Amino acid sequence: MHYMILNYTPPSDYADVDAVKAAAEGELWGAYTRALLDAGVFVSGNALHPSHTATTLRVRGDARDIHDGPYAASKEHLGGYYIIDAPDLDAALAWAARNPAASTGAVEVRPVVMRDGA
Amino acid sequence: MSDPVRAEIEKVARLSYGRLVASLAARTGGVSAAADVLSDALVKALELWPARGVPDRPEAWLMATARNRIADLGRHSRVVAAAEAHLALLEDERMDAGERAGPDRILSLMFVCAHPAIDASMRTPLMLQLVLGLDARRMAGAFLVPPGTLGQRLTRARAKIETARIGFSLPQPEELPARLNHVLDAIYAAYTVGADGHAAGDAKSSMLAQESLWLASVVASQMPRDSEAQALFALLLYCEARRPARRDAGGGFVPLADQDPALWDRSMMHDADCAMRLASANATLGRFQLEAAVQAAHAVRRTGRSTDWTAIAELYGGLVALYPTTGAITALAAAVGEAQSPEAAISILETADREKRANYQPWWAVRAHMLRQLGDAVGSAHAYERAIALTADPAVREFLVNRKLNLA
Repeated sequence: MHYMILNYTPPSDYADVDAVKAAAEGELWGAYTRALLDAGVFVSGNALHPSHTATTLRVRGDARDIHDGPYAASKEHLGGYYIIDAPDLDAALAWAARNPAASTGAVEVRPVVMRDGA
Repeated sequence: MSDPVRAEIEKVARLSYGRLVASLAARTGGVSAAADVLSDALVKALELWPARGVPDRPEAWLMATARNRIADLGRHSRVVAAAEAHLALLEDERMDAGERAGPDRILSLMFVCAHPAIDASMRTPLMLQLVLGLDARRMAGAFLVPPGTLGQRLTRARAKIETARIGFSLPQPEELPARLNHVLDAIYAAYTVGADGHAAGDAKSSMLAQESLWLASVVASQMPRDSEAQALFALLLYCEARRPARRDAGGGFVPLADQDPALWDRSMMHDADCAMRLASANATLGRFQLEAAVQAAHAVRRTGRSTDWTAIAELYGGLVALYPTTGAITALAAAVGEAQSPEAAISILETADREKRANYQPWWAVRAHMLRQLGDAVGSAHAYERAIALTADPAVREFLVNRKLNLA
């Protein structure tokens, strides 16, 4: 069964982030992704460009309403996502707990609608 | 339909519901589907048993009928792990052999109901519905929610169990204490719902209290070395043992201090003492161990000894240090009032959060009692009024009204 793991991380001022800190973070995410791969639970995943690069669109009738910025106005930014294969919620939560965003921000775990109707 | 048949069906439904749901859920892959097919089986029982008579093994009949229904509906769980399927087969064999479904299955189901992913306010109603088979409409009043609303929320909670696939395996050792806490909290809440209900006079709530006790016994039997599980079992036993003494011949309310210990259920108290001994085996401290210890202290009156209020005050002091709830603070105040002075009790009452105590009946009842002893008739009367207004049980209300009248 597939679960999507959404990584919400506290905002960082990109101008301030120094190379060492960025490299350290990159290491964490790399290690996590490798762990998912090694365990055979990784289905897919991607980092996303920062929230300010997002554009939100609504269509109401003929009107197209386009906004600069993400849909959800939250303090934390959706930094990326994974889709993992786990037998039940507790197994998915165990993986989510190791996600680097879990200790600094928050991680949402959402079951994916599976094609066989499960 | 004849009353005895209907009564038999209800009895089987109440006693076996949790076991049947737990067993069926392994086959259907979800509790919601399990509850549905069991519902269908119960409807069939209502149709067929009046004419054919109640079967020799009603539980087995329901199980077989529910399984046939699963086959009819094609609701086979696609991703049943090998271990789960094996367990299900063992379960079926035991069922067919007339044995009851395993208490370990009930425990698994309780962990599911009390999973952190389930909204905290829904864990107790969910447990009552799935493990005890209670009807949402009938229990809604106890949770101060309209019946339709509770029904909807329960449906959503059950759907969550299935779509997010909350599993039936017991939690990992590192998660177990926290997860078990949720289970114990939910059982305790179920018991207080049953006990606060119009106590001795109301058969329905008395049954709920007994069924909560059964749930606590299942957890205690499955986790003999867990102190909090043993302590909750002891706590409920001590409380339930006192039920016969809670009402006088006329149905009037008898407070603990005035109860005749001879009326307390001896064998329940004995079982409670045994559970307490198991609870004390580890050098740990927990909420239920403290609460049970208080009830054990009250229970010594059956040996002719008087209540050691100083010890009880210390225990509640410990509880307040761990969980400074309005309830714990109120209980501490009551004990300190007996062990030290009413003034000291009033000071402790004042430490309770103003908003939370505003509608908390015991806070006002204890306050009224203490102010009475201090000779403050006006303050006491006001507190009695607040307590009376917050009391749901008519017998307790009458008791408080009389206490207020006796102030004059």
